[in-house]
Amino acid sequence: MQRNFDALIVGGGLHGLSSALHLARAGLKPVVLEKDHPGRHASGANAGGVRRLGRHEAEIPLAKAAMELWHGIGDLTGEDCGFAPCGQIKLAETETEMTRLRDRVARLHELGHSHEELIDARDLRALVPTVAPHCLGGVVCRDDGAADPFRTVTAFRRAATAQGAAILNGATVHKVARSDGLWTAETARGRFTAPLLINCGGAWGGEIAAQLDEPVPLSAKAPMLMITERLQPFLKPVLGAAGRALSFKQLDNGTLLIGGGHLGRADPATNATALNIAGLHRSAQTVLALFPRLRGVQVVRAWAGIEGVMPDEIPVIGPSETQEGAFHAFGFSAHGFQLGPITGRIVAEWASEGHSSLPIAPFRIGRFNRPP
Amino acid sequence: MTKNVPLIVIGAGPAGLGAAAEAAGAGVETLLLDEQPGPGGQIYRAIARSDAARRALLGPDYARGAALLPALESGAVDYRPGANIWQITPEREVYFTRDGKAQVLQAARIVLATGAMERPMPFPGWTLPGVMTAGAAQIMLKSAGTVPQGEVVLAGSGPLLLLLASQVLDAGGRVAALVDTTPRGSLMAALPHLPGMLRAPSTLKKGLALLARLRRAGVPHYKGAGDLRARGTEKIEALRFTAGGREYDLPCALLLLHLGVVPNLQITRALGLAHDWDPLPRCWRPRLDSWGNTEHEGIAVAGDGGGIVGAEASEHQGRLAGLQAACQLGKLNPADRDAKAAGIRRALAAQRAARPFLDRLYRPAEAFLDPPDNTLVCRCEEVTAGQIRDFVRLGCLGPNQTKAFGRAGMGPCQGRFCGLTVSEVIARARGAGMEEVGHYRIRPPIKPVTLAELAAMDPDDTGPEGGFDRDDAA
Repeated sequence: MQRNFDALIVGGGLHGLSSALHLARAGLKPVVLEKDHPGRHASGANAGGVRRLGRHEAEIPLAKAAMELWHGIGDLTGEDCGFAPCGQIKLAETETEMTRLRDRVARLHELGHSHEELIDARDLRALVPTVAPHCLGGVVCRDDGAADPFRTVTAFRRAATAQGAAILNGATVHKVARSDGLWTAETARGRFTAPLLINCGGAWGGEIAAQLDEPVPLSAKAPMLMITERLQPFLKPVLGAAGRALSFKQLDNGTLLIGGGHLGRADPATNATALNIAGLHRSAQTVLALFPRLRGVQVVRAWAGIEGVMPDEIPVIGPSETQEGAFHAFGFSAHGFQLGPITGRIVAEWASEGHSSLPIAPFRIGRFNRPP
Repeated sequence: MTKNVPLIVIGAGPAGLGAAAEAAGAGVETLLLDEQPGPGGQIYRAIARSDAARRALLGPDYARGAALLPALESGAVDYRPGANIWQITPEREVYFTRDGKAQVLQAARIVLATGAMERPMPFPGWTLPGVMTAGAAQIMLKSAGTVPQGEVVLAGSGPLLLLLASQVLDAGGRVAALVDTTPRGSLMAALPHLPGMLRAPSTLKKGLALLARLRRAGVPHYKGAGDLRARGTEKIEALRFTAGGREYDLPCALLLLHLGVVPNLQITRALGLAHDWDPLPRCWRPRLDSWGNTEHEGIAVAGDGGGIVGAEASEHQGRLAGLQAACQLGKLNPADRDAKAAGIRRALAAQRAARPFLDRLYRPAEAFLDPPDNTLVCRCEEVTAGQIRDFVRLGCLGPNQTKAFGRAGMGPCQGRFCGLTVSEVIARARGAGMEEVGHYRIRPPIKPVTLAELAAMDPDDTGPEGGFDRDDAA
């Protein structure tokens, strides 16, 4: 097997695969070192939200650039990834929530962002006819939507491979070190070298950062999702709520996907996750408060994926501040799926030009211990 | 606050009844949860409300189940039927729904006695209406006393198939043929293990008696049958197959399939317990010690759920697990436990001695483990064996990845019916062993629970604080 590459990518989640695709398109030969198999964790276990709605202000430029890639995802990956621009809505149930949403939309407009649009109760009912009558309105991003995480991971994996990237399963990275301008990764499948190291390790990204002497306060968490039996179509957009933890959508096959960030338990050392039934109980209460007619709907499966969460709930994206030739993109804090396509482009820009055209300074790894 | 109970036994078949009887007999406050409306499990289904005539129809094995009932009838065991168990945690919390209400109990000890399920028997056309499993047909016989109408063909392998054919005849049904798919040579492979079989002579005698009964009734018995295809458009019209070098096309209104049983592992899988592959009966079983203890403290398995042993041996294993639970709960000292266990272990050993013979004789034919490309494997998501092989060509290594490649195993059954087949097909396509290929990760709820039931329950919030900033929940 070839052991020398242009870039070692740690982690075969969506960000690692996107990095591999963009680097390979730029003419480099990357290898993805994946400890399990592509999309095994957060990339395969998330809700597939493709969302600018509600983003941290620092993330908005990246999310908008990513959204352009999503709307041409077939050009990038050769497959549609199940992406549908069905819209995303965050609804308000009280005047206080409505005021908060109104203030946010006004602030975004001042910053020059017009993607979030305030809607009243009548607009909301036009978009979601079956929603409970007490809902007062909300915010919509009409070009947001959702994709199929599995199909997306598969599309990026296949596109990256077709462009010449190598992807290795079961290649747990034990140790990385740099000498004579080359990175070496000792893995469960042998030793690999390259001038560049890309850390897309997700919940395990902190381990690589620590080896580069720049530890971060990452915690591994396990957001839960549940899926129901199939129902007649009644809901097109993805629905969130201003006052509740909720992500709610109906998939093409009629099933309902219910999430929103209630946490199970994660054990990143063994890949194990455990559900917290109390969180599922609250999710069920939320859904029934907004859609009382769903009482008899059966939940058929619930699961959790292991995700890396930063204290400020925005990712680490940027070059290493201790070592040459290393770049971090991890800790997406349970909302990285939509950013996947743009992460790879940021990585490829850094690899070929030394910097990114997008404002990534807020995501620098040194932010937790040193002022910028 | 979650209510604490000393012992929960899950499943009221022979193993669960045996466990509950021993534990309660030793003075343990025992709660027996079962999803069925009455005790008996699958083998002794509806035993408590079946009359003498139906017991006679179903035979002496069925009637044996009645001997297990006194512990329930005396009230020594807190027996709660109709309990739909949908989640059990390693910390021994048992979540279940009963009378439309979801609830949770915390047990000091759990005995899982969830029994067996039928091995899938996939071949082209096996999902047509009018094709059903022998187990489903037996449920009709045992609980409703219903006789299948029209020409009935039975296909497959294993003692239950013979028993069912005989029961259909006894109940006045028309058995047009018995299509035996037991591979040729199986008997020769099994014969060296006949001495073990003879330690459980009743089993052998019963099998021979059933064969004689079918012969007397003039039921055609096609041996070594292969290349099965169910033919029909709206519903099954005929079963095609080859036997002895000849092609057959047998018209039928109802086709009953049976390919033996395998452990029902949904709960032990969902608990994340270690499972070993058993190459001879081609199934997984949880790793257990001689009392049935799993690697999770306080959780034991008894009966067919720990590896197929049959009804009598299941009862013995249940009794052992019940004694062990009583001992662990301080109601029985180890010396008394061992004294009571000695006789049970002897009876269990005699029953188990028959397994090497039976496992070789009723080894499933290769064609059902690795079915033709055009066979539907995952019924919920309509994925064929050929598609699974395509996934492997594209880099799919195991069953959990088939979900990413094409949704196999993502339907309401969670791979309960297709799991074994999907892993077998992948193993062969990859040229890898089953241990390497693995099995589906099973996620709760193990049985569906409604949103209203979930919303109405009152769980202890023992998990981590829920929720990110809700603005950022993807």
